[in-house]
Amino acid sequence: MSATQSGTVRPAAISAEGWGWRHAGRAQPAIQGLDLRIEPGERVLLLGPSGAGKSTLLHALAGVLGDEEDDSDETGSLLIDGVAPREQRGRAGLMQQDPETQVVLSRVGDDVAFGAENLAVPRDEIWSRVHEALDDVGLRTAAGGGLALDHPTAALSGGQKQRLALAGILAMRPGLILLDEPTANLDPAGVLEVRDAVGRCLDKTGATLVVVEHRVSVWKDLVDRIVVLQPGSAAGSSTAAGAGRVTGGVLLDGPPDQVLSEARTMLMSAGVWVPGYVPATRGRHNEPDTAQLLLAAQDLSVSREKPRRKGFKTIPPIPVQTGISAQVRAGQALTITGPNGAGKSTFALTLAGLLAPVDGKVSAAVELSEGAGIDPYKWKAEQLIARIGTVFQEPEHQFVTGKVLDELMFGPKHLGHGEERVDELLERLRLTHLVDANPYTLSGGEKRRLSVATVLAAHPKVLVLDEPTFGQDANTWAELASFLSELLDAGTAVVSVTHDQEFSAVLGGTELRLGPITEGRATHQEAGAA
Amino acid sequence: MRDALNIRGNHSLLTRANPLAKFVAVFLISLVLALSIDWVSASTALIAELALFPLAGLTFRLLWQRAWPLIIAAAIGGWSTAIVAADSGAVLLDVGLWSISEGSLELGLGFMLRGLAIALPAILLMTCTDPTDLADALAQKARLPHRFVLGSLAAMRLVGLMAEEWQTIGMARRARGVGSQGSPFQRLKATLGQSFGLLVQAVRRASRLAVTMEARGFGGGQRTWARESTYSLLDAWVVLGGLVISAGAVLTAVGAGTWSFVWR
Amino acid sequence: MTTVNVKKASYNWRVVDIVVAALIAIAGGVIFWAWSQGAALVSIPMNATYPPLTGLIAGGWMIPAVLGMLIIRKPGAALFCEAVAATGELIMGSQYGTTVLISGVLQGLGAELIFAAFRYKKFNLPTALLAGAGAGLFCGLNDSFLPWGWNIAYEAIDKLAYITFTTISGAIIAGALSWVATRGLAKTGVLSSFASRKAASEPVFN
Ligand SMILES: Nc1ncnc2c1ncn2[C@@H]1O[C@H](COP(=O)(O)OP(=O)(O)OP(=O)(O)O)[C@@H](O)[C@H]1O
Ligand SMILES: Nc1ncnc2c1ncn2[C@@H]1O[C@H](COP(=O)(O)OP(=O)(O)OP(=O)(O)O)[C@@H](O)[C@H]1O
Ligand SMILES: [Mg+2]
Ligand SMILES: [Mg+2]
Repeated sequence: MSATQSGTVRPAAISAEGWGWRHAGRAQPAIQGLDLRIEPGERVLLLGPSGAGKSTLLHALAGVLGDEEDDSDETGSLLIDGVAPREQRGRAGLMQQDPETQVVLSRVGDDVAFGAENLAVPRDEIWSRVHEALDDVGLRTAAGGGLALDHPTAALSGGQKQRLALAGILAMRPGLILLDEPTANLDPAGVLEVRDAVGRCLDKTGATLVVVEHRVSVWKDLVDRIVVLQPGSAAGSSTAAGAGRVTGGVLLDGPPDQVLSEARTMLMSAGVWVPGYVPATRGRHNEPDTAQLLLAAQDLSVSREKPRRKGFKTIPPIPVQTGISAQVRAGQALTITGPNGAGKSTFALTLAGLLAPVDGKVSAAVELSEGAGIDPYKWKAEQLIARIGTVFQEPEHQFVTGKVLDELMFGPKHLGHGEERVDELLERLRLTHLVDANPYTLSGGEKRRLSVATVLAAHPKVLVLDEPTFGQDANTWAELASFLSELLDAGTAVVSVTHDQEFSAVLGGTELRLGPITEGRATHQEAGAA
Repeated sequence: MRDALNIRGNHSLLTRANPLAKFVAVFLISLVLALSIDWVSASTALIAELALFPLAGLTFRLLWQRAWPLIIAAAIGGWSTAIVAADSGAVLLDVGLWSISEGSLELGLGFMLRGLAIALPAILLMTCTDPTDLADALAQKARLPHRFVLGSLAAMRLVGLMAEEWQTIGMARRARGVGSQGSPFQRLKATLGQSFGLLVQAVRRASRLAVTMEARGFGGGQRTWARESTYSLLDAWVVLGGLVISAGAVLTAVGAGTWSFVWR
Repeated sequence: MTTVNVKKASYNWRVVDIVVAALIAIAGGVIFWAWSQGAALVSIPMNATYPPLTGLIAGGWMIPAVLGMLIIRKPGAALFCEAVAATGELIMGSQYGTTVLISGVLQGLGAELIFAAFRYKKFNLPTALLAGAGAGLFCGLNDSFLPWGWNIAYEAIDKLAYITFTTISGAIIAGALSWVATRGLAKTGVLSSFASRKAASEPVFN
């Protein structure tokens, strides 16, 4: 059955002529003077530094960018098959950068059907499309979870959610598939699963693909063209050299192998993650052999849930991980790794004194606590931020003001010192041009950098970072890694949860690997020095 | 909170009825009972309703868990009616503002029972109705504008996630140096700040959800429905049941001579 | 790039208007529900002394009507939000049963009429206070005179006291609080796609 139905997909062509977009409330356009043609059925990997306007372009192609009521500006033209994207919703299927907001309805089947319903597809066909899409993304195999149609969407892991979003798009049979960092926050196995699902679907339907991702190696074999965008504000300032056709707003354009081999150095300087390239970072200078113990976890069981009261009894929650022991030492890095849903974030939050342990304990040494007591969970908030700084996996949760600068000043102001470091942080994390922007309107990578910067501004002795490098181009990545290695040398302890092996290699130290949860119980082991 | 929005696992008979039919039946009972304050019509309806609960998959334990706040509220309502309503018959109590007479006491009691008889079927309705099915019925059968119905349904799912979000925001704010300890005043301030943070986050999420929905083609005029909302014989029985209960309540009260129309 | 763009607010509801309004409303419904539970506590001493006093806390139920309109600024917003909020409360389990929907619609109408009287052009503090009062007035009338009202059996003077209290409460709790919240929200920038995005810098009066 699938063959005939898949035949209905008509691949879309994209043409941009001098296209530009300025977001509401911004002085500079996010992207400008873009000239680009993409032929039907082409598979394009879209690259560019963080903040270059990649997400902006994808939203425009999906017809969901701005509208008649806000004060944004559009210049030039951007057309799909010669028609404005807004006029033909459903022609393009967009997967956004944030998996949480991809789910619309509360049952898996309904959620996949939603797009097809909106396109007024007849009922019988909707269901055959739903089944097909779920099979295509592998959500119904035993390995993919074997989900039933009425499985609640709230009970899905990160990777399952990404694949569900993909299924919802496929069921619309779009001629153009737009993926914005589709492997966001997935573990290495999950990344490959999603990529392969995309590949299978494209082979079947022949749709046009535009995918945005900072890491080239994952996608380079699947795509047949790489386009590198210039940063919007810097348009026209760089002289293009090397491979491919080069037009306005585009730095480089051509087949993957050609672009990667001929313009390798240029790509590297533009911050692209070329395969096999790890940007140069500042190494560790004085990694201590025996360092001062600052924080220790002993036989810890963790969960996000609070104990429940039942009559006079309190019932502790079922932990997601048990028996974790770890030591955090001054000037040393600790990396926490493991598959999605293993409880890494939960453990990090417990270690950082934000969640109460279900069992076991977290204890701070006198050097860290400085009179505040042994249990970080009991510290006052002001005591906590000067001692342990935590960066959350979802940056938006941590924003408490309406301006980037206020956001950075917030911690130092509360503490009464440290304001002089703010300028340096802005500079190093490439946020200077955004001081007046609203934190919520930043690009994915900018938000992440801002949340790291806010914590660094308070100058804590222990840093706990949840996925600090996700969504960064190679240049900001290197800047961040160098910065952290400087802090380490200066005696700060850095705990990071990450899927990024290069990053943990740069920081050195020990790795704590949390195993997958089996039957509510978890296993873990501690590996040696990285 | 999550559980309140999820009826998964309930396979009772009434889950299969069309939400609109159930709603009509319950609404009918409520309106008819509202016309009189008397203990006979209220208790007749109440007894009939309690007998129906197993059909909705509710055990008495579950019912108690969900209904006890309503029982307290109804008792308070009865009490206030008893002391504020016009007195008639022998005065039983008269201290300053308070005065309870035989007449007002009967009124208060009738009021309390009536309140319960109106509140309980709504609980019955909601425990056997999935919000998704309700939305389908409202849009397809009641012909309410689908954009508004489905927009509300999607927002409802987000609210379920907000309970979790509340905890995360609390932690995130603590990590930024905004604590929730100290004097009651400081705590109140922190709670207000956190509520505001939740509101901000909620609006953010809703805006992005709207983008997702639009990206899936939502918002146009024409649309089909993957799940058809249908009426069956069961729905006729449900509506009939509503009619029988309301008529029975009126007739017994009139028969017993207690029926007292509210607007006399 | 220097094209002057005069963008007009339209009265059509966009998807984002609907979803955000519904979210405010349902979150409001959950808050109502919590409010009803909490209100039961506060209302015990009130009921014990003089039951019509409970009108003073009624404003909490009317926040969605005013807040929704102040943010969305489109005809029908007060009515829609309050109706959805009532549905939310019904789903959580309401002591008013399905009649909560009628109360919701009436309260929403009370606020809606005020905004309509200003032809949906004024969203300043006085308008918000009036809209809150309008919702409170309708709430008081509903509770006192319609068959399902909880105060239907009160004596006339007590009904009058109750209605006065709900009106005041509506103005302060629903009106003023929503107005303050809207300004706060506008400051964070999350309202950037709504007509209320500049609420924080609008004049307080006129
Ligand atoms: N809604 C918005 N309002 C105002 N400015 C915005 C908005 N969205 C993005 N921007 C700004 O537009 C620029 C481009 O953002 P965009 O999200 O397109 O970048 P990106 O290339 O996807 O970056 P990243 O790789 O970090 O995700 C950034 O400077 C960002 O701050
Ligand atoms: N807010 C929450 N409330 C309750 N349970 C949660 C919450 N967030 C996550 N969980 C559950 O706790 C478990 C551990 O989640 P956690 O976020 O710690 O995993 P993780 O290892 O960080 O995964 P990832 O790599 O996807 O970030 C998961 O099974 C998840 O379903
Ligand atoms: Mg992006
Ligand atoms: Mg995590």
